Amino acid sequence: MIIFVCVVFQLRSVSVDLNNDVSLLIDIPDALCERDKVKFTVHTKTTLSVFQKPEFSVPRQHEDFIWLHDTLVETEEYAGLIIPPAPPKPDFESPREKMHKLGEGEATMTKEEYTKMKQELEAEYLAVFKKTVQVHEVFLQRLSSHPVLSKDRNFQIFLEYDQDLSVRRKNAKEMFGGFFKNMVKSADEVLISGVKEVDDFFEQEKTFLLDYSTKIKDSTTKAERMTRAHKNVADDYIHVAAILNSISAEENTALKNFTFLQKVEGRVASDQELKLTELLRYYTRDIQAAKDLLYRRARALADYENSNKALDKARLKSKDVAQAEDNQRQCMQKFEKLSESGKKELTSFKGRRVVAFRKNLVEMAELEIKHAKNSVSLLQGCIETLKNC
Amino acid sequence: MAASSERSPPPFPDAEDQESEPALRDEDSDEGADIFLGTVSRKPFSPPAAPHSAVFGDPLSNISKQESTSNPAKQSSKLPSDVPCDIFDPLHGTGMEPKDDGKNPAELRSEERPKDEPLSVASSKPKKDLFEDSPEDLFSELPKTKAKTKPQMDLFGDSSPDLFMDAKAAADTGPGRNAPADLFSEESVATTTSKSAKSNISANGVHSDEEEQDIFAEATVELSLDSPHNNRKTLDTTKPSEPASSLSAAAGSSKAQAKTLEELEEEESEDKFELNISITNPEKVGDGMNAYMAYKVSTQTTLPMFRSKTFTVRRRFSDFLGLYEKLSEKHSQNGYIVPPPPEKSLLGMTKVKVGKDDPSSGEFVERRRASLERYLQRVVCHPSLLQDPDVREFLEREELPRAVNTQALSGAGFLKMINKATDAVSKMTIKMNESDVWFEEKLQEVESEDQQLRKLHAVVDSLVSHRKELSVNTAVFAKSVAMLGSSEDNTALSRALSQLAELEDKIEQLHQEQAGNDFFVFTELLADYIRLLGAVRGSFDQRMKSWQRWQDAQTTLQKKREAEAKLLWANKPDKLQQAKDEIAEWEGKVTQYEREFERVSATVRKEVIRFEKEKARDFKKQIIKYLESLLQSQQQLIKYWEAFLPEAKAIA
Repeated sequence: MIIFVCVVFQLRSVSVDLNNDVSLLIDIPDALCERDKVKFTVHTKTTLSVFQKPEFSVPRQHEDFIWLHDTLVETEEYAGLIIPPAPPKPDFESPREKMHKLGEGEATMTKEEYTKMKQELEAEYLAVFKKTVQVHEVFLQRLSSHPVLSKDRNFQIFLEYDQDLSVRRKNAKEMFGGFFKNMVKSADEVLISGVKEVDDFFEQEKTFLLDYSTKIKDSTTKAERMTRAHKNVADDYIHVAAILNSISAEENTALKNFTFLQKVEGRVASDQELKLTELLRYYTRDIQAAKDLLYRRARALADYENSNKALDKARLKSKDVAQAEDNQRQCMQKFEKLSESGKKELTSFKGRRVVAFRKNLVEMAELEIKHAKNSVSLLQGCIETLKNC
Repeated sequence: MAASSERSPPPFPDAEDQESEPALRDEDSDEGADIFLGTVSRKPFSPPAAPHSAVFGDPLSNISKQESTSNPAKQSSKLPSDVPCDIFDPLHGTGMEPKDDGKNPAELRSEERPKDEPLSVASSKPKKDLFEDSPEDLFSELPKTKAKTKPQMDLFGDSSPDLFMDAKAAADTGPGRNAPADLFSEESVATTTSKSAKSNISANGVHSDEEEQDIFAEATVELSLDSPHNNRKTLDTTKPSEPASSLSAAAGSSKAQAKTLEELEEEESEDKFELNISITNPEKVGDGMNAYMAYKVSTQTTLPMFRSKTFTVRRRFSDFLGLYEKLSEKHSQNGYIVPPPPEKSLLGMTKVKVGKDDPSSGEFVERRRASLERYLQRVVCHPSLLQDPDVREFLEREELPRAVNTQALSGAGFLKMINKATDAVSKMTIKMNESDVWFEEKLQEVESEDQQLRKLHAVVDSLVSHRKELSVNTAVFAKSVAMLGSSEDNTALSRALSQLAELEDKIEQLHQEQAGNDFFVFTELLADYIRLLGAVRGSFDQRMKSWQRWQDAQTTLQKKREAEAKLLWANKPDKLQQAKDEIAEWEGKVTQYEREFERVSATVRKEVIRFEKEKARDFKKQIIKYLESLLQSQQQLIKYWEAFLPEAKAIA
């Protein structure tokens, strides 16, 4: 059994482009993975006076991130904001499983083949690990670059408190509660979808987001499948190269290049995964967050209308008019506030999305070209040596 | 009498072969030793490797011949000091060269010695006696030997009067170098030797392995594959070193043997391109289940044996099978490797018959066409098969009598299976006492190769299917991205996304083509060779069968003789004459079978060598082709992505 303990240094954010505010800089310079838990070191550099020191690092776990996200979502004030999506749970199961399988199949492979496969899996594991760290980092960076959310008290505590946050993990009841809440929410969504939209912008935005979210989800799964297939091809190269190697000694040199070919192919797959799939995945979540915002707004709208009705009723009956008025005013205020900030958020979301897509697509194209060129030169060398031998 | 009573393993097919086996070994040991030493001496002045080793080869074998003649005389002196000197020899190679500078005179002497006493020169074994000889001896011989060194130096390369070259020469003649070392630094060396000797020996083996490839870069696969193996064996045998002299006697002839093999091959490969065969235009003839595919077989040739320079005939698949049947009937029992045709595929053909324009059936037809073409090319590449009238008829004659029994070929593969089963049983029961190492090793090689190829075939198969999967997934993704692009409200991004969709579509095409290439270039090649290896094994089986026949004849003869003896004893003159006749008959048969076996063995050997050469060439060609296809698709990929890059950059 192989236990991975790896430390990752220096990760660059890829998925989101953030404004260059130097007053609060956050990164995760390294992380430690032991079994199921991943410990991230959250490093903050700041010029803000809220913090006691200009630079500090704290250890955080995945659950702490979730806690932060949940508190943000639950804060009433932020209802009009797109809360950055929480990072997904680190999933090291699949590489671990594969490693296990590989261990079982060790006897059927040549030694060389086995080591290659192992290296490949380790690389995959490392990639998953890096990705995990990255999404966590991006989450924090999104928060820090947000004008409102960066001032959140909980966020600041999260960054600064140098002890273990010891967030209580959700127990089964709460988990179920969360599930139930989701059910209610989606039922509610259906209910209030009948409410007539007063603002064209939101109407458009809603249809767009709904449409977009289904499509991006689809693309994500397809892209995942594609990259997986690509990886399979790359893995096949390993086997082919290994057997070719053992078949004949004379062709050795040329066939060694075949192994490099596999490496290039594997890298194409993993880069595709990183640049494209990850982008799509992130925006799937982000769009969900935007949809949540829309939901909250719609909820507020429904509340507002309900309060209007209640006010009418109260006036009719001349009973509790003041209270109803009060209530109606509150709802209206809330709705308007939500609408206003929501509009802002959604516009910036759009801009952000376009920028991120551009960045990733350009990077992916460049990487693809690089890899293809690499393999071209490899193949050329390979053919040369073969022709000369 | 001797011939009848011995039930010993079969002797070697012929005199040449007999020699070749030990010869091969011994040559290797030579190579091992001098190469090893050679590599050491190379370091300081580093001349190119190939000429170096080439130079070594020839003089050596000459020397060894010389040596063998004078061997017996010296043998007596050799005996006592076997072990220690053996130890020194490898040590020498690694540790000695620094000493060269100082020991000029000794060095010279040491070189001369070997020439003087050829005994010690060529192989590593005789070194001992040098050792044994007293120093005085060395010096006293100096004057005589000087004359001889001169030519030797010339052999090794003109511009090498300098010390190192001498040292090399000395190293090459291995044993010679031992002497000075011992003379001057006996103590120091002696203490360290016993431990390091072992490791040096193994190092020796390694070196020689590498070197072998240089030497035999052009030589047959067989040699280079065999020798490392043998090498180790001989290295072991050097320790007892008693049989050394007899082994080295054959060294010279082994060279000759190797040469002749090479020459043979070259002769064969010369007249290959005077015949071009291509199969085109697969065409469906008839309807329903009676339909068949007919192929156009076009031949272009300059060979005088054909009536015209270009001609075409139409042949159907069963004709090809029929050709194979005829050829294998005639030739395979003689030990020829008859290239097997592609298998009949009931499923594929039914698809062709039933389905109209199914892409898979088109693929099937193309695949079959290509493999038939390769099959036919292999047949005509074979110098002996090309001479066969059936082949000529197949290529030239307008109407070929319908090959009937091929119908049975696919239907009664059952019959074939039974045959094969009996063959397998007899294979198990016949315990051939193989005395020719070459065949034994070749057979093992062929079998392991077969396994490897099968494994590779499976892997490449999965590569093909994975690539197909990838292409399908890419297509699906392309569609999905196109949809995403259509619902994207930023125009530039939307445009870029639809561009991306188009790009992915193209890439999908690329993957698909590559999958096709994987299949046609790589998988088919492997499948061909798996079949061919089966044929190779068949030729080995034929050899065994003929051996078996010979053995059976011998047993029968033995029995007849015993019967005769009984008759003689019982004093029955009337039957005696009959028995004598029978004995004469069987004696004739035994010699005939023996000759047959020898002939089959020789053919098999030749065929296998030919096959291996062909295989190396084929693989090289196909792999280059395959890599080129990969290269092309990668280049295409670059183009696609480069076209996309500005689109991505245009997103604002």
